[in-house]
Amino acid sequence: MAEFTLPKNSVVQEGKVYSAPEGATNPQEVHVYRWDPDSGENPRVDVYNIDLDSCGPMVLDAIIKIKDEVDPTLTFRRSCREGICGSCSMNINGSNTLACTKDIGDIDGPIKIYPLPHMPVVKDLVPDLTHFYAQYASIKPWIQSTTPPPPDKERLQSKQDRAQLDGLYECILCACCSTSCPSYWWNGDRYLGPAILLQAYRWLVDSRDENAGERLDELEDPFKLYRCHTIMNCTETCPKGLNPAKAIAEIKKLLIERKIA
Amino acid sequence: MSSNNRPLSPHLDVYRLPLSALISIVHRGTGAFLTTGTIVLVWWLVALAGGEASFMGAQDFMSGFIGRLVLFGWSFALFFHLANGIRHLVWDAGYGFEKDEVEKSSFIVIGTSAFLTIMIWVVAFSSGAGV
Repeated sequence: MAEFTLPKNSVVQEGKVYSAPEGATNPQEVHVYRWDPDSGENPRVDVYNIDLDSCGPMVLDAIIKIKDEVDPTLTFRRSCREGICGSCSMNINGSNTLACTKDIGDIDGPIKIYPLPHMPVVKDLVPDLTHFYAQYASIKPWIQSTTPPPPDKERLQSKQDRAQLDGLYECILCACCSTSCPSYWWNGDRYLGPAILLQAYRWLVDSRDENAGERLDELEDPFKLYRCHTIMNCTETCPKGLNPAKAIAEIKKLLIERKIA
Repeated sequence: MSSNNRPLSPHLDVYRLPLSALISIVHRGTGAFLTTGTIVLVWWLVALAGGEASFMGAQDFMSGFIGRLVLFGWSFALFFHLANGIRHLVWDAGYGFEKDEVEKSSFIVIGTSAFLTIMIWVVAFSSGAGV
């Protein structure tokens, strides 16, 4: 059920304010959600004033700078710093995106950083993605085939069949789309969410996969698939420019087509 | 480290909902409002079946300020839900999912429902039905 307000232990409080360093020439306010599992306190928002003239261009550069120079306890995930690993997904000024590809110059006023929405927080900007990954595993994201592969080469695809995977295989499972989706917020325990459904479609349209029937059986469920109400937050927020909403619509179409075929 | 006291990260409070999401909320709201509106329609029909006196009472209420306000809201809800419902049909057919198309159809839904609402009230008043 939809609960529009946060539970008592999750209500965000005002935190500390760190002033800009002496002689800062290009000060920037950065608001960061903080929660320390060992403190026993509620989450808070700390305000850091940093100097952009000694900072890289992206939001990830800003929080690495804060961790390096101001507060080493600030905790977040990051790895590739070029939008391919999906680790640094977070909510920046109201939208989910990758901190490493979000230009500070595109933000007016203070930078406001929260963890991915409606997720259990492990610490600071690190959400618990256990359930998200379990949902991914549930769609069996691998080729299922009864035909043995050719003995001397890999399973080949025509260029047209390969093109079916464009706009799907690029998904890095950063969870920006799923955690932007109100349906996933209210029913994420059973609704698979846009990221996992896009992945499900990626295997449905793979010409080498031979288990589409069973995959569709699994998806034909009022919660797993049909909690999608085409709100479009997923497509609006995807940092890779993909279109989960369209992939979900294609799954719904496949289910109808096999009924009337 | 205990994992059962983990807070839930902020959602509605911090998320900047895009226009498409706001329209989705209004679609659901208008749907619920139309359902309650149907009860008013039944009440009006019952009043009609009850003879002249009861019907005139219902008419008096409906042509009063509150009645008019409800009817105006209902007509907008009807046209909004209709226009956005057609948009959902197009989506279900697999079209209109690109970001620029979504933005365009958002404005079409808002524009169409506002236009039709104003038009039906202009027609109602100019034909004397609303007096």
